[in-house]
Amino acid sequence: MKALIKVMPKKTVLDPQGEAVRQAIQHLGMETVKAARVGKWIELEIEGGDAEAARKKLDVLCQDLLSNPVVEDYELQVIP
Amino acid sequence: MKFGVIQFPGSNCDQDVFHVLKHVLGQETVYLWHKDESLQGADAVIVPGGFSYGDYLRCGAIARFSPVMRSVVAHAAAGGPVMGICNGFQILCESGLLPGALIRNKGLHFVCRHVHIRSETPQTPFTCQIRTGAALKIPVAHGEGCYFADDATLARIEKNGQVVFRYCDAYGRLDGDATGACGSINPNGSRNNIAGICNEKRNVLGMMPHPERAAERELGSTDGLALFEGLAHTLALKGCLQ
Repeated sequence: MKALIKVMPKKTVLDPQGEAVRQAIQHLGMETVKAARVGKWIELEIEGGDAEAARKKLDVLCQDLLSNPVVEDYELQVIP
Repeated sequence: MKFGVIQFPGSNCDQDVFHVLKHVLGQETVYLWHKDESLQGADAVIVPGGFSYGDYLRCGAIARFSPVMRSVVAHAAAGGPVMGICNGFQILCESGLLPGALIRNKGLHFVCRHVHIRSETPQTPFTCQIRTGAALKIPVAHGEGCYFADDATLARIEKNGQVVFRYCDAYGRLDGDATGACGSINPNGSRNNIAGICNEKRNVLGMMPHPERAAERELGSTDGLALFEGLAHTLALKGCLQ
């Protein structure tokens, strides 16, 4: 099975990387882009079939390692 | 008294810190390898700067789980002094020993220059010999040094006097350009100009500037030495009382 994890900077946290990307997009002529935020996408391949047990462990992993809850939010998707 | 300097794969300020403690201050100092749980009886632990584990995922995110950090957390819980410099500060935040987080510099650039930081409190084992309000000239070198904490956390650490250092101008003033832009007094956009904080128990310090790079006259400033001297002084006093 697979786990897909999206990690994004919290809305309340400054994202200078996203702002730089937004500016670059505007310079390239697409002035309708008003905001950009940059995050991370993590894919894990997992052996075994117990999706519920894996999800529980992955949730802990997301909070401890894969994201920093002080500045980031995550979304976890487990695909059996 | 004995000082321990941690070495992770990717640490690059470990030898500078070791040199200052051992050769400038003449203190017994040992390296602590990240895979060993033993602190070798060190009375104080320094988590030095660098790029532990290549800064992969987030700065300090992976170093936090190394065996030596379990012992550092226990050492801190028992009241032992711990000092994290630059990447060490990031690791201490990731470990939960210090509140908040260090994120990408507001101006996106890696900032490598001398800055001034104002000492805000003598009530830590590190700043006990530094006059409050003194502006120390110490270099920074980081890409992710923007201190962030949510409003509630920020209010709490301000109220508790946990802000130990703030970026300032050469006279200790905070009212200059603090936008985080190139050349401003705040090099990275840190909230409340925060350059260093301590925990509630005041025995754990994290700071982005590098005091070990400002500890000998040849390096252009000796202002950083006061932190290591203060720590040695605290440990010596503790030894006398025991």
